[in-house]
Amino acid sequence: MSRAVRFAPLVFLLAIIAALVWRLATPVDSNVHSTLEGKPLPAFDLPPILPSKPALSSADLATGRPHLVNVFASWCVPCVTEVKVLQALKERGVPIDGIAIRDRAPDLADFLARNGDPYERIGSDSQSRVQISLGSSGVPESFVVDGKGVIRFQQIGPIEASDVPMILSKIEQAR
Amino acid sequence: MIAETGLAALWLAAGLALLQFVLMIVALRSGADVRRAMRSIAVVQGVLTLVAFGMLLIVFARSDMSVALVFENSNSAKPFIYKVAGAWGNHEGSMLMWVTILAAAGAFVALLAHRTSERTTVAALGAQAVLALGFYAFLLIASNPFARLWPAPMDGQGLNPLLQDPGLAFHPPTLYLGYVGLSVAFSFAVGALLTGEVDSRLARAMRPWVLGAWVLLTLGITAGSYWAYYELGWGGYWFWDPVENASLMPWLAATALLHSINVLAARGALKAWTMMLAVIAFSMSMVGTFLVRSGILTSVHAFAIDPQRGTFLLALLAIYVGAAFTLFAVRAPGLKEGARFELVSRESGLVVNNLILSVVLGVVFVGTLYPLFVEAVSGEKLSVGAPYFDAVAGPLALLLAVLVGIGPLIAWRRERRPVFKPLAIPALLGVTALAITIILAPGMRILPRLGFTVGTYLAAASILPLVKRNPLRAPLATWGMVVAHFGIAVALVGMAANAAFSSERLAIAKPGDILTVGPWAVQLADVTPTAGKNWTAIEAELRASRSSGVITLAPESRFYSDPPTETSESAIRTFWNGQLYTVIGKQDVSGAWQLRLWWKPFVTLIWAGGALIAIGGALALLGRLWRLVWRPRRERDWRRERYA
Repeated sequence: MSRAVRFAPLVFLLAIIAALVWRLATPVDSNVHSTLEGKPLPAFDLPPILPSKPALSSADLATGRPHLVNVFASWCVPCVTEVKVLQALKERGVPIDGIAIRDRAPDLADFLARNGDPYERIGSDSQSRVQISLGSSGVPESFVVDGKGVIRFQQIGPIEASDVPMILSKIEQAR
Repeated sequence: MIAETGLAALWLAAGLALLQFVLMIVALRSGADVRRAMRSIAVVQGVLTLVAFGMLLIVFARSDMSVALVFENSNSAKPFIYKVAGAWGNHEGSMLMWVTILAAAGAFVALLAHRTSERTTVAALGAQAVLALGFYAFLLIASNPFARLWPAPMDGQGLNPLLQDPGLAFHPPTLYLGYVGLSVAFSFAVGALLTGEVDSRLARAMRPWVLGAWVLLTLGITAGSYWAYYELGWGGYWFWDPVENASLMPWLAATALLHSINVLAARGALKAWTMMLAVIAFSMSMVGTFLVRSGILTSVHAFAIDPQRGTFLLALLAIYVGAAFTLFAVRAPGLKEGARFELVSRESGLVVNNLILSVVLGVVFVGTLYPLFVEAVSGEKLSVGAPYFDAVAGPLALLLAVLVGIGPLIAWRRERRPVFKPLAIPALLGVTALAITIILAPGMRILPRLGFTVGTYLAAASILPLVKRNPLRAPLATWGMVVAHFGIAVALVGMAANAAFSSERLAIAKPGDILTVGPWAVQLADVTPTAGKNWTAIEAELRASRSSGVITLAPESRFYSDPPTETSESAIRTFWNGQLYTVIGKQDVSGAWQLRLWWKPFVTLIWAGGALIAIGGALALLGRLWRLVWRPRRERDWRRERYA
């Protein structure tokens, strides 16, 4: 057996190890990108849930300025902490609309009274139909929608306080 | 106390592994007789790891939340069986299980290895100790399973419903047992390369381990394939996904090893090649573990990703495989090849088998890692899909299946009889199958058509070794080979039938609509919401009918709240001639539902074939173990006389 043949496996192994080390050393883009990003919102027209709040339709979101659409519910525990972060976003000038999933008016009114109310409009999605057509599988989720009604970003899970600069920059990019 | 006992046992076992390794070096240098000391150390080390693993099972069974691992991965509300299975359903626990099996295998080698010379046994035990040592270090330094939390939390976080699946609870242990069985072959190969005693005795000592590992890998892959089939709801049985390939590559190498080891055992030939394969087979197990645990390749099977652990595993891989390859490069020229053989002989047949299997292994290896290299060179992200693997591996597998029918009929060393004569009937059956497919289904693609042809031929050809002899007197190993080769034919026909005759229907339906798929008329009768402990779902009621009778299927689309996940629970009904497979998807704005329906004729043959292959391996293993247990008695008596 020639020297070249004998050492071939070792050389091959070293080459592969080098490639794997390089791969481990370079960070990977591990973000999950929604397939809906870059696509227009599906058409919907949700009824109001609270008498004090206007309802939400897809037409309300194509008004020339970007919106943050928050899919939430009063029965959702992470939403309690998220709504305070949304309040901070509202104070920074971000228009926020809500889609309430399978919610009841008294519960929702109670939720907003206790935790704060950052929403301009709230639509009632009592059967999760719009939620499903948005490709959203749970609450809370949020969508950055630009002035033409195109989805620019989907946040799966609650927006944490540390996400505020990222959301603001997404809103800025959607202008 | 329980967790501390486990940790102490682990430290002691690591110390003993180090001692075992040092003893090996001393023995190989000085020629001192350390066999008895070595054996006791290996056995005690195995017992200690079993104690450590037992302690982990106890803390999980008791839901002791003061142990961090239990807190993260368990919950007192879980069913008992999943509490226990949770012990290895996570990174630390699964690594402890790996090292436990490794050390227990080392103990069995110490107790059972009387076929190889004393020096080779000692060297193999030393190699096994080094392997274990790396994993002890990994556990004790980078992933301690027994770390405590203070103060102890009230209850755990691990209530992920998706992980509560019997398939997921028992699939990893099966694969691990397979991987670790290959580690014994690796240790034997390294030991024999160190002492230079690569001979048929070594092959006979290695063979039961390779067979056992191969059976478990076959079972693991077959079960994993069925799990993906019913759980993912895509109607496919193999996706050429990196995680699937990670288990296929050790299997391919083990299959090649299984065959070449017979040449070494029977004829003392193919020494260097068999040693190389033994090293490669275990290397592929480590590559598989590394790919799965490091998350370096994106996959549909999502696992927790941790680059640090990946680095550690990669370092172990580089050290062990690098050392073994270096040893091979240095020692291979010293190996004297055994008996020569002629061009037409069983040996040549097995060499061809090994060549084809190695090429398939190369194809899968390159296809799995190719995206990595392309990204390294051009920065472009891509994935190699099923078309590449099907187009390259498919024809090779068919060619191999043709040869599987011929190989067992050829005599060792030199074949003078006309080999093709007994194959006339199988060949005729194959051609008949080909003619039938051409007449009945002229539009069939080439691969499924050849699949039917070769499958039919092989089903007949595979039983030829039992024809013209009394089947009851044939050795169990021959029976095992026949059953396994017949299983290949069965699986081939199943794959061909699935590829050629599956009908698929993707449609939007409103309650009351009737869809047809294959011979079935399926009515969407109703869609109703339903709920479980921690999920809500919509459940469809489907009424399916063909010539007679109506059956009801209820596929679900589930939404879990914590963590928010959506799963489709497909509804599958099995008949003797196929499976009806139904999935319900999302509702569109108009209120209609997405339905996906498949009629898959004879698809179950794929897994039935896989099971037959595993049963064949188990039969062969039984035959070998029978000899291992009964024959050595005489041999040992003989040795004792000689030493006396």
